[in-house]
Amino acid sequence: MTGLGAIFRRELANYFATPLAYVFIVIFLIFSGIFTFYVGGFYERGQADLQPFFTFLPWLYLFLVPAISMRLWAEERKSGTLELLMTLPVPTVAAVLGKYLAAWVFTGLALALTFPLWITVNVLGDPDNGVILAGYIAGFFMAGAYLAIGSCLSALTRNQVIAFVLTVMLAFLFTVSGMPIVLDVFSEWAPDLVVEQVASLSFLTHFNAIVRGVIDLRDVVFFFSLIALWLVANVVVVESQKEAG
Amino acid sequence: MAALLEATDLAKTFGHLTAVNGISFTVEKGEVMGFLGPNGAGKSTTMKMLTGFLRPTRGRARIAGFDVESQAIEAKRHLGYLPEGAPLYVDMTPVEFLSFVAAARGLDRRASGQAVERAIDATHIGGVAHQSIDTLSKGFKRRVGLAQAILHDPEVLVLDEPTDGLDPNQKHEVRRLIRDMAPGKAIVISTHILEEVEALCSRAIVIDRGRVVADSAPEELRRRSRHHNCVTLTVQGGDPDAVRGALQAVDRVARVEVAGTGPVTATVWPRDGVAVVEPVLQAVHRQGWTLVELAVDPGRLDDVFRSLTTGDADLEKTGS
Ligand SMILES: Nc1ncnc2c1ncn2[C@@H]1O[C@H](COP(=O)(O)OP(=O)(O)OP(=O)(O)O)[C@@H](O)[C@H]1O
Ligand SMILES: [Mg+2]
Repeated sequence: MTGLGAIFRRELANYFATPLAYVFIVIFLIFSGIFTFYVGGFYERGQADLQPFFTFLPWLYLFLVPAISMRLWAEERKSGTLELLMTLPVPTVAAVLGKYLAAWVFTGLALALTFPLWITVNVLGDPDNGVILAGYIAGFFMAGAYLAIGSCLSALTRNQVIAFVLTVMLAFLFTVSGMPIVLDVFSEWAPDLVVEQVASLSFLTHFNAIVRGVIDLRDVVFFFSLIALWLVANVVVVESQKEAG
Repeated sequence: MAALLEATDLAKTFGHLTAVNGISFTVEKGEVMGFLGPNGAGKSTTMKMLTGFLRPTRGRARIAGFDVESQAIEAKRHLGYLPEGAPLYVDMTPVEFLSFVAAARGLDRRASGQAVERAIDATHIGGVAHQSIDTLSKGFKRRVGLAQAILHDPEVLVLDEPTDGLDPNQKHEVRRLIRDMAPGKAIVISTHILEEVEALCSRAIVIDRGRVVADSAPEELRRRSRHHNCVTLTVQGGDPDAVRGALQAVDRVARVEVAGTGPVTATVWPRDGVAVVEPVLQAVHRQGWTLVELAVDPGRLDDVFRSLTTGDADLEKTGS
């Protein structure tokens, strides 16, 4: 698709042209370390794996990923560059995908930079590296899902703060819908089928399934179809703004 | 050959506000069309619809024969657009920015390099080519925006206030650039500088409250001024009342104003803007006065602009 590559490269380079990338990565790494080693009770557990890290990752992402996605479209609308972008001979789909993929690759890069954690557990013990790899894949999917929601919501407003808050809220709902607290509320009165449906909508359910080390096609399909759905919505939102300007 | 740019009954409503209300025109190859109108008249909104950024409430636009809505990609290939305020990716340098635009337009590496170089030369931004756009002055930013618009040598150029914020030298440069490109393109510029229209445009469209109120050559427009063919002369030898009397008697003179007592300066407004300079001169000769100074007013665009867009009858031509 014309323009997708160009937009992808521009967006990705742009993260590093501003302090955003460095601030994001540093904060992400610091919190990953804190969660893994202190909050997660890494030493007390006496077990060399990254389970604590992957337990906290969705919650860390819940606040950090919307900070990346909030600017994707809101910033362009606010600064007027959207007018440049939308009058280039580039299909809206290509613009949406280019921006989204750049953001996803960037969060993937930040995730990959937690490799010292992986080295540490390998030095300290003998973890199942296959399970760790599955965890990383799950984390990458999770970031992708949050980003797709955030990208779409960012297109709804020219205010980045609003985009951030909306994304955190919606991502939170998608995440907690698989938590026992929420599911218990449903299981008291709703049929099992409903409970299952609610749980199956949750990022956490699918994330945890992969983190356990089993990459089930259904979980992968879940993340991909969720991402695709939000990106289609993103295209529709951007297109519909041709009405209002 | 079909017109390169075609607007048919374009209209846009924002809620209750009708910003543009049925604007039609065509721009042929070689034409530079000036888009005039007071603030809020709907110039930028019209341009946004022409370029496919806004979807019209009614009507449609074609660029190089391609419908902006249904053949958007093809239409945009033939279009160069400088949006109002020249928005730019400010975290990039001009070279990075232009290279991005070239890549997004599908130019390969070599063609991109050449295009970027050409655009930088044409807009004189070589000196700041590697400086972050954020740190450029307003005029340089505008020129980067212009470079982006002409990068791919498009057939149709839509420029929203291209000389806004430029110093007089750069205004001159940009006008020359536009004039040089004109023969091969259809160009629309919006501006508030009326002299620019005279210097640059082969045609002017004046819009007011979303409607076209005039569409003609700038000279044509100027002829509608109440000052068109107005004669101002200074004579020696007659007293003010005699001068007024003699000139008032000239055929087709509507009104005479005199000032001064030694040499008398008289301003003569003709009826219907006809040329009266010759009969006026004959009258001066017959009286045996000496002509010290003479000027014929070609008419003032700002006058016409005001009368067209405020509906102020007082500014309309005398006697018509
Ligand atoms: N997105 C929008 N939503 C609501 N109203 C709008 C929008 N864009 C423009 N308008 C209104 O439409 C009218 C025309 O605006 P436009 O920007 O086209 O004027 P203009 O002729 O370009 O004026 P200027 O000379 O000041 O640039 C204005 O009243 C403006 O407030
Ligand atoms: Mg405007």
